Amino acid sequence: MNKRKVEESFFKMLMLLSTGLVVGGLLVVFAIVILKGAPALSLSMLTQTPKGGYYLGKEGGILNAIIGSIYVAGGATAIGLLLSLAIVLYIHGYGERSRISSFTRLSLDVLWGVPSIVYGVFLFTMMLALRARASLLFGIITVTLFELPIITRAIDEVMKMVPAKLKEASYSLGSTRFETVRHVMTRQALPGILTAVLLAFGRGIGDAASVLFTAGYTDSIPRSLFDPVATLPLAIFFQLGTPIPEVQQRAYASGIILLFIVLLLSVTSRLATRKLMKYVIK
Amino acid sequence: MFEPHISVQNLNIAYGERQVLKDITVDIPRNRITAIIGPSGCGKSTLLKSMNRLIELADGVKISGKVLVDGVNVFDKGIDVTDLRKKMGLIAQTPNPLPMSIYDNVAYGPRIHGTNDKNNLDKRVEQCLQAAGLWDEVKDRLKDPASRLSAGQQQRLCLARALAIKPEVLLCDEPTSALDPISSQCIEEQLIKLSKNYTIVFVTHILRQARRLADHVIFLYLGELVEQGPAEKVFSKPDNPRTKAYIEGVFG
Amino acid sequence: MNRQIEDALAHKLSLLATIFGSLIVFWMAFVLLQKSTPILSTHPLSELLLSSSWHPLLGEFGFYPFIAGTLWVTGLAMILAVPVCLLTAIYLAEYAPKKVRAIIKPLVDLLAGIPSVVYGLWGVLFIVPLIRFYVAPSLGVDTTGYSVLAGGVVLAIMVSPIIISVSEEVFRTVPLETIEASYALGATKWETVKHVVIRKTLPGLIAAIILGFSRAFGETLAVLMVVGNVAKAPSSLFDPAYPLPALIANNYGEMMSIPLYDSALLLAALILLVVVVFFNILARMVLVRLERRSM
Repeated sequence: MNKRKVEESFFKMLMLLSTGLVVGGLLVVFAIVILKGAPALSLSMLTQTPKGGYYLGKEGGILNAIIGSIYVAGGATAIGLLLSLAIVLYIHGYGERSRISSFTRLSLDVLWGVPSIVYGVFLFTMMLALRARASLLFGIITVTLFELPIITRAIDEVMKMVPAKLKEASYSLGSTRFETVRHVMTRQALPGILTAVLLAFGRGIGDAASVLFTAGYTDSIPRSLFDPVATLPLAIFFQLGTPIPEVQQRAYASGIILLFIVLLLSVTSRLATRKLMKYVIK
Repeated sequence: MFEPHISVQNLNIAYGERQVLKDITVDIPRNRITAIIGPSGCGKSTLLKSMNRLIELADGVKISGKVLVDGVNVFDKGIDVTDLRKKMGLIAQTPNPLPMSIYDNVAYGPRIHGTNDKNNLDKRVEQCLQAAGLWDEVKDRLKDPASRLSAGQQQRLCLARALAIKPEVLLCDEPTSALDPISSQCIEEQLIKLSKNYTIVFVTHILRQARRLADHVIFLYLGELVEQGPAEKVFSKPDNPRTKAYIEGVFG
Repeated sequence: MNRQIEDALAHKLSLLATIFGSLIVFWMAFVLLQKSTPILSTHPLSELLLSSSWHPLLGEFGFYPFIAGTLWVTGLAMILAVPVCLLTAIYLAEYAPKKVRAIIKPLVDLLAGIPSVVYGLWGVLFIVPLIRFYVAPSLGVDTTGYSVLAGGVVLAIMVSPIIISVSEEVFRTVPLETIEASYALGATKWETVKHVVIRKTLPGLIAAIILGFSRAFGETLAVLMVVGNVAKAPSSLFDPAYPLPALIANNYGEMMSIPLYDSALLLAALILLVVVVFFNILARMVLVRLERRSM
């Protein structure tokens, strides 16, 4: 019996160590970025676009990147959501047992893990063929395709968990398939859908490789879909790459801003999900 | 009256705010079959599971009182719960085979408790499967996954598995409620055979089953002990009018 | 609008979207393959994959250093992450008190949302100097800190959330009756975990690990920032490496001027796509096969 107890205590200790390592890792990441970046964080960082000698240490901020990222990720998530909902609508409303549904599920599942750089390269190739320049439009398209498998799978999973009796109830009241999915299933799945959207938005806004070739970079805020656009991850990357310490510090500060946005999304998603749960049937 | 194998004294169990067992004091005789009867939801399973402290696994459960096995309180601080459970085999309501082969299911218990010699294990597995009345049906496919057996076979497998740890007590929580009549009969026959050497406590809401099997009866209603005693007495001349009413099918 | 018409319209449009969605991966593979043919037709595949000679200006495209670099970094990340994550997942699913779990789980989810560039930043600020000034000297090694080790550590932390959360969910799918059965036979909690829980959840755990591997394999920016980007196959943990995604990201600008360079980089992208897709399908097959066997 002692041997069994010893083994259990040993592994329990390992488990606590591991958990501590993971939690500690998270805290260390936050701590270092915030500590290093806080000195350079200022209001002008948030509210101004880079002025003349910004990359040499002079004034300005990264408003171009902040707005740019919101445009790109926002647009991509919106379109991605629309497409995903359409796909899920088909799979759950019209083609439940059809081969197209299972094929699409498989296809998107396979796409799910594809690295964002592959999307970037792929779209870039298309852009070359169309003789298009890097722009907001292509940035959005790239991130949309990148987010599509993520959103679709997440919503699909939530829809799968909607109890069959809810669908039956809706149909027995004479609803069409569209109405059933749109009004009943989506309501039930709403918390999950919201989480999926915010998760995807977070991934979209934080990803660099997808926009590296396709969105370009600029110091101004784009005024049309065909202007190039700056994104936060690239802003951080480029500022880090300069030899000037003040600019590098600004990179850390930009990192804080990006972290903060992600944190905000996470907290919002949790709160909003909790609020939406009241209509959900268990 | 008799020297009890298990003696429950003033047992109170609550899940959060809900009081499930109220001040239960009962005695379980050795090497006899004791039936715990009563309508659904009256705490019968809870009482059963408190005897091997499986009840502790539930969330937010509060326990007070004593359960004495051979005079020793199982809730005492110094008691090794895994040792205690080795003394008690539990058969659950729905068959719950472990995700392993038939052989490994039965061998799991002995292996955990230190028996690793292949010959011993082989013998033990065969003995227990025989005692559970399953050996003939599975002896040629011991390596098959347990999940491939029928429900009745799986329940007998669970019985064999419980026997493999050489318990003194068999706790059975509505062991046949998920089974068809033929499998149920099979289990009942095995339990009768085993009662010569084991103390058996089983929970049931099927009165006829209790009549068939029990030597001793405990009647619980809404978490309280209504009556306990020898089977002939409780079934033919119960002391408590509520017992009489339940047995005659007035309620429950 | 007439409800039936609305329904029919919804049907058609959603079908269109679904077909579109299902074809994306094929379209991608097709384009990448097509663009890779120039280099594939002028250089034998064995040379491309096994040669260490990377001199685009001379028309030499040996991908071996990059493949090796990717494998070193990803391999290290998995070796570091998998045991820690599995142990953490077991702790969260089976041992942790409710309150602890309620705090740690959201924390892990938070970790999952941190963008890769922030990890890269942290790597540059913390891990690289740590290796350069503490870890390496204590082992008598001289290094800039930009190394396989740095990449592996950063990647390990990046893939941890996904391995932990998938594993933890998988652990929680084990039905209570099965766990009770083990306890009722006198097993300790750890024995139950070791013999019953893990056994039952093995397919799910393997899938979680493969998922983590996929993620690590394709990660671009964080690794690029800490790994040194030197086109030579690493021979120790302290050597720099140049994983495939970093290769693509760093050189897209020069693609155009040097012949076959663009084709080479697109081949790299194709390799990434093929490997990730392969592992994805493998994960699915493992799940199906093991599910059928162990049941």
